[in-house]
Amino acid sequence: MVIIKTENLTRKFKELTAVDSVGLEIAEGECFGLLGPNGAGKTSLIRMITAISPPNGGSIWVAGKDLAKHPREVKAMLGVVPQIDNLDPDLNVMQNLLTFSRYFNIPRPEAYRRSLEVLRLFQLEDKQRSRTRELSGGMKRRLLIARGLLNTPKILILDEPSIGLDPQSKHMVWQKLRELRSQGVTQLMCTQNMEEAALLCDRVAIMHLGKILVVDTPEGVIARYVGSRIWEIEVEPSERDEVIEVLRRRHLEFEEVVNTIQVFNYDSQGLGGLPGRPRKATLEDVFFKLTGRSLVE
Amino acid sequence: MRPFSWRFIRVWQRNSDVFLRLWHTEAPAFIAEPLILLLAMGLGLGGYIGAVDGQRYIEFIAPGIIAAYAMFSASSECTYSSFVRMEFQNTFDAILATPLNVEDIIAGEIFWGATRSVMTSVAVLTITAAFQLVHSPWVLLIPPFALLEGLMFSSIALFFTSFAPSINSFNYYFTLFISPMFFLSGVFFPLSTFPELLQKLSWIAPLTPVAQITRALFQGEFGPKLLPALGIIIGYTVIFFAISLVTMRRRLTR
Repeated sequence: MVIIKTENLTRKFKELTAVDSVGLEIAEGECFGLLGPNGAGKTSLIRMITAISPPNGGSIWVAGKDLAKHPREVKAMLGVVPQIDNLDPDLNVMQNLLTFSRYFNIPRPEAYRRSLEVLRLFQLEDKQRSRTRELSGGMKRRLLIARGLLNTPKILILDEPSIGLDPQSKHMVWQKLRELRSQGVTQLMCTQNMEEAALLCDRVAIMHLGKILVVDTPEGVIARYVGSRIWEIEVEPSERDEVIEVLRRRHLEFEEVVNTIQVFNYDSQGLGGLPGRPRKATLEDVFFKLTGRSLVE
Repeated sequence: MRPFSWRFIRVWQRNSDVFLRLWHTEAPAFIAEPLILLLAMGLGLGGYIGAVDGQRYIEFIAPGIIAAYAMFSASSECTYSSFVRMEFQNTFDAILATPLNVEDIIAGEIFWGATRSVMTSVAVLTITAAFQLVHSPWVLLIPPFALLEGLMFSSIALFFTSFAPSINSFNYYFTLFISPMFFLSGVFFPLSTFPELLQKLSWIAPLTPVAQITRALFQGEFGPKLLPALGIIIGYTVIFFAISLVTMRRRLTR
């Protein structure tokens, strides 16, 4: 079943079209990754889906409800985990959660019970009385995710869930997100971390200049655009021209990155005689291929 | 313009929770300052000034100070404090991700600013009672009236906040709008001292009708002649509440 559906969704800022007629369908229970360089329009898209900024055109349906007509009902189903820390610095951890529960009209005893539950889930139960400014970056992020679960959301929307985390915290967050996924919580995440996307997401969309370029499983995207393996040739400057000449003659797809030439979508016959070695292709290779290596901003 | 819902109370509760944690950092502004002002101007300077409108000088300025400090409370709450919540702590963004919408946040901020006015008016009124300046039971209407005053000043302040580019912009608001009113709206001397043209102009300032009504309640001379003043306050409140719903929505949903 489709739980989030957008049609011709468009958002403009004066001259710039940040989101350009985007159509997306996200299935209930899946983890969907939105990838793209800075300025691709991911945040604008998420802000529209979370009813924070209104679209200039198009429509959004969440669990069968038209977001434009029922923003409150839709937001009651969402758990939103922002990239920036917007915890209340003047309140302690427990007060942050109780105050947030109140926005959802969760009665006090139930709010307290759920707050304890999510704190335990993210191993923060002994921080109840701490001010949020005293928490480390990793704890703050865990608390932000915990806060996003207070209303037992159908859909969890995460903006860069593991950015700025040390490896331990990162893996813990990933583990929890996987658990939530297995409990049937739909997840929509923006991420620049290709490892994260490959590991967690059932499907990914690559976004560039306001448009969705491709939607598929991580493996599917990789196979379609770069092949499952990439042949890497490390070349000396003196051999470079010769190797490139050979690749061109054989009509092979390649890209030069510093002193390495990467060959995509090859078969072993076509490579005959060329030096180098294969490596497993990743989402990052697709990302570069579709969105380029130059800085977009 | 879109309407707000009862959910604004959640924003009010959030602000009140934070205030109850930190109220001691705000106390000097709404307790110590008016107290010092009553001592310095009322008792000190007042010793050199004869009767004003038939009363001791300290009795004349006491209600003016109540009105002015209630104005300061609402104004600082809906400028500096709202701006910090909006831009530095991203509190509004966090709230927008819940079933509350922009209008609920705006109404919550305005009603909270008005609540601060009520608290300040109660605090300053108590101080004036300690100076044995309170003689009329009508003073009991001053705190509810401060709620209306606070709604007006909060709405005007939040309107300014909706297009303030930085927190330093509020220096203009206080230097060019709030402070002139403090000195020129009948808090420290009767407006009848002014030339006629200035008297009329001073009625544009929203503090003038507030000072007039607060003084009338303080002296127990409440009557229908105050209706025009009440009308001005209600007019300003309705207009600026409505405009700030529109301009804040524009700022928060971009």
